[in-house]
Amino acid sequence: MAYSDKVIDHYNNPRNVGQLDKASTEVGTGLVGAPECGDVMRLQIRVNPETQVIEEAKFKTFGCGSAIASSSLATEWIKGKTVSDALEIKNTDIVKELSLPPVKIHCSVLAEDAIRAAIGDWKKKNGVAETADATAAAH
Amino acid sequence: MSTLSSQVETPAGVTLPIYMDNHATSPMDPRVLEAMLPYFTTKFGNAASRNHSFGWEAEQAVETAREQIAKLIGATAKEIIFTSGATESNNLAIKGIAEMYRERGNHIITQVTEHKAVLDTCKRLEKYGYRVTYLPVKADGLIDIEDLKRAIDDKTILVSIMAANNEIGVLQPIREIGKICHEKGVIFHTDAVQAVGKVPINVIADNIDVLSLTAHKLYGPKGCGALYVRRRNPRVQIAAQIDGGGHERGMRSGTLNVPGIVGLGKACAIASEEMEAEAAYLRGLRDRLQHKLESELDYIHINGNMEHHLPGNLNISFVYVEGESLLMGINDVAVSSGSACTSATLEPSYVLKALGLGDDVAHSSIRFGLGRFNTQAEVDYVAAKVIEIVKHLRLLSPLYEMVLEGIDLTKIQWAAH
Repeated sequence: MAYSDKVIDHYNNPRNVGQLDKASTEVGTGLVGAPECGDVMRLQIRVNPETQVIEEAKFKTFGCGSAIASSSLATEWIKGKTVSDALEIKNTDIVKELSLPPVKIHCSVLAEDAIRAAIGDWKKKNGVAETADATAAAH
Repeated sequence: MSTLSSQVETPAGVTLPIYMDNHATSPMDPRVLEAMLPYFTTKFGNAASRNHSFGWEAEQAVETAREQIAKLIGATAKEIIFTSGATESNNLAIKGIAEMYRERGNHIITQVTEHKAVLDTCKRLEKYGYRVTYLPVKADGLIDIEDLKRAIDDKTILVSIMAANNEIGVLQPIREIGKICHEKGVIFHTDAVQAVGKVPINVIADNIDVLSLTAHKLYGPKGCGALYVRRRNPRVQIAAQIDGGGHERGMRSGTLNVPGIVGLGKACAIASEEMEAEAAYLRGLRDRLQHKLESELDYIHINGNMEHHLPGNLNISFVYVEGESLLMGINDVAVSSGSACTSATLEPSYVLKALGLGDDVAHSSIRFGLGRFNTQAEVDYVAAKVIEIVKHLRLLSPLYEMVLEGIDLTKIQWAAH
């Protein structure tokens, strides 16, 4: 299987690898996927309580190169966005940016889920009402 | 921190990419090629042509190859039938025996980690009214002999158990299996594709009645295989599956692939001479690779019984690292992964699952297949490269981090998708 240059770049130089303090009220954590499926993504955000801007995003991913690239790209894209803007990111945007083949589309879906799960967790912690589209849907 | 720019240098004498997937296929030995070449051009005769020297010359070459193959496995030349490869050999053996012995019974015994050429053949026979028992394997990949004894009943006509597994390299106890089969009057077939030329096999001592082998796994050409069919004690009969000119004692019609057969014969002759020394060499390389990986990496899991094992095989799970991502990092080394992501089906290896490994461990497995042309310098390079990439990927792995923090991954409610 040939990987796109962008996937290879994210694989070799993953952006925003790491961990944020899960206990902090400013931090939202999304853990999606399952070891049995060969993909687990953990995506975390630190949100400025006043501006609702995602000031920091971190990830770690167990999965194939496309899964690593999808989550790395996701952290790059959500950083600096408001929570509601970050929710606008669709998995198809990731597919396009990374030129993922059909067999790897699930990696982009998982990255979108991870964003939603992290934001969902942050909202729950901060008593922000869930909007209909912000639920981390299991699929 | 996690940026990967490889620090591993390519040592002198190592050419990239490195081939370390010899269970999939092996490069052809130049000596084999040399033996084959005349049979494409000047000695092109049809081995079935009885009326001229071209035919006699081809026939002579085929008979020499038959003897070379027979010698390697302790058979006689007349007991060797040529086929297009091991898939055909397995199909011919199992379907041919099932058809021939249908009146005696309809029960076949095999086991779950067989190659698909055996499993899918058995599945087809089930559609035609045969009953098939798929024996489980233990955690080390070997069958339990007691399971086999219990499975044999008065309708059992055939037991088909592989000699060596293509993924995890374990050697099934074929001698014991064959002994039990002979005591019960059941035919014993073994798919010995991975074993022939790698470990000693003797059809008499090992109580084998029918044996499949192929040339391209032992440094011969693709597209040529053979089936050993025992002629006495007991005499095994096989119903032809391809009808035609009645070649190969009527068991397999079709003009013989003379250059391929010459190559298979030569490959067997080389193996007869060199197998013992080569096995020791490969075992040395394999142990070196295993030792290097084990000394630098934690949470690695060796798959399959290492005592009863092919010399050139090493199947390791690098737990908490997904196999395809590892392959991507060592893209100048050709190996295989049991990970789902490397296949179109998204199902991890059924062989590893049969060992009782969790899917997550199966997803993390890499199969190293060392062969005749691998060198110590290559092993050292591959080990260094794998260690570097596994460390890189574990920095990215949430699972590895959680385990180091003492979290029990089995207690987490995963959002499976």
